[in-house]
Amino acid sequence: MCLGVPGKVVEKKGSFAKVDFGGLIRDVNVSLVNVKVGDFVIVHAGFAISKVNKREALKTIRLVKEIVSGKV
Amino acid sequence: MWHELKDAKLINGIIERIGQYKLNLTFMHACGTHQETLSRYGLGSLLSKVGIRIRSGPGCPVCVTTAKEFLQVMKLAERGKIITIYGDCFRVPVNGRSLMHLKTEGYDVRIVYSIDESVELARTVEKDVVFMAIGFETTAPSTASTLVRDDLPENFYVLSCHRFFPPAMIKLLELGEVKLDGIIEPGHVSAIIGCKPYKVIMERFKIPQVISGFEPLDIILSVYYLVRQIVEGEAKVVNEYNRVVSREGNQTALSLINRVFYPKDVEWRGFPVVPSSLMAIRDKYSNHDANKQFEDIISQVQYEPSPLEKGCRCGEVLRGVIQPTDCPLFGKVCNLENPVGACMVSVEGACRIFLEYQQLN
Repeated sequence: MCLGVPGKVVEKKGSFAKVDFGGLIRDVNVSLVNVKVGDFVIVHAGFAISKVNKREALKTIRLVKEIVSGKV
Repeated sequence: MWHELKDAKLINGIIERIGQYKLNLTFMHACGTHQETLSRYGLGSLLSKVGIRIRSGPGCPVCVTTAKEFLQVMKLAERGKIITIYGDCFRVPVNGRSLMHLKTEGYDVRIVYSIDESVELARTVEKDVVFMAIGFETTAPSTASTLVRDDLPENFYVLSCHRFFPPAMIKLLELGEVKLDGIIEPGHVSAIIGCKPYKVIMERFKIPQVISGFEPLDIILSVYYLVRQIVEGEAKVVNEYNRVVSREGNQTALSLINRVFYPKDVEWRGFPVVPSSLMAIRDKYSNHDANKQFEDIISQVQYEPSPLEKGCRCGEVLRGVIQPTDCPLFGKVCNLENPVGACMVSVEGACRIFLEYQQLN
């Protein structure tokens, strides 16, 4: 069940956080990850399972552009 | 930045690069969400034009859960337990009857968004509450983190149908029914297990693998990485989804899984017994293990498929041997309103995704 949804942590209180999914805000259990307000997380069945690393995402896009332009 | 992961120009650019190699290859993905992206964005047909076919594999946890396990839950409902399930399980039929039918007959079946809701429900009722725990390593940590709590109500039980994903991939490759040139591994299972389990597959089967995210660009890039490996004559584990998946995975989640569950042999729908693939609950937590506490009820359950269900080819779909459209029941007797098999019910089921997008087109 890979149905994970990315959202942004907008508030944190202990093991729980309020996560913004494009305007819809839900309480999410964040006990499995170390997050702070402003982080993006992947949420699955009410639990955040991983953080999203923005720097890596940018690297991926940069790499795609290089592949498309024939640089690599 | 995020919108670029759906950028048509970039996607077409990569597909063009793939096309330059003029190859004829078959890959498998093992995640319903990958199939959803392939179908929603029409990537399957774009890739087929450049010689790449993508088969759907055992990537839907609801689908791989056996009819017998669903019957066990139904039996518990009939014996007065309150059944709590993820919404995806509600309509899975066993010989034409599902938990939804039981609810309409007056049995207490409730859909929950997370296991926490099930626990809170148990606090407010006197009856036994059973949570049907389905899912791969992605979902199992939430069940595990609940079972280790010391404030669980006594009337809360878990029926663990959780499964370890890699053993099924190994079984599928052992069976060797489909000639595969590479595997697109599921990104969110990998967020938990990391990259290491795939190295075992790589060493044993020498097959290229890419751990992939779920945006259209992720999948196309993963296909490109597989193609590159084939062109270079390599068989590696490449992590395309490194914005989410780390090499070592989520250690907190993994240690919770190991603390609460132990691996046990179990059948998967469409598969023979897959060794060490069930996450069975350790004795320490047996007070909340529905399999132990209601063994007398569960052990009575026998499953014999009806003639119609014998015609259901979900098993072959899950092993990637056929495409959903190859099943004679697809879109006819078996449809979105009246599904015959689990693959037509779950949002991650290949048959459902194929039919939904076929109807849209």
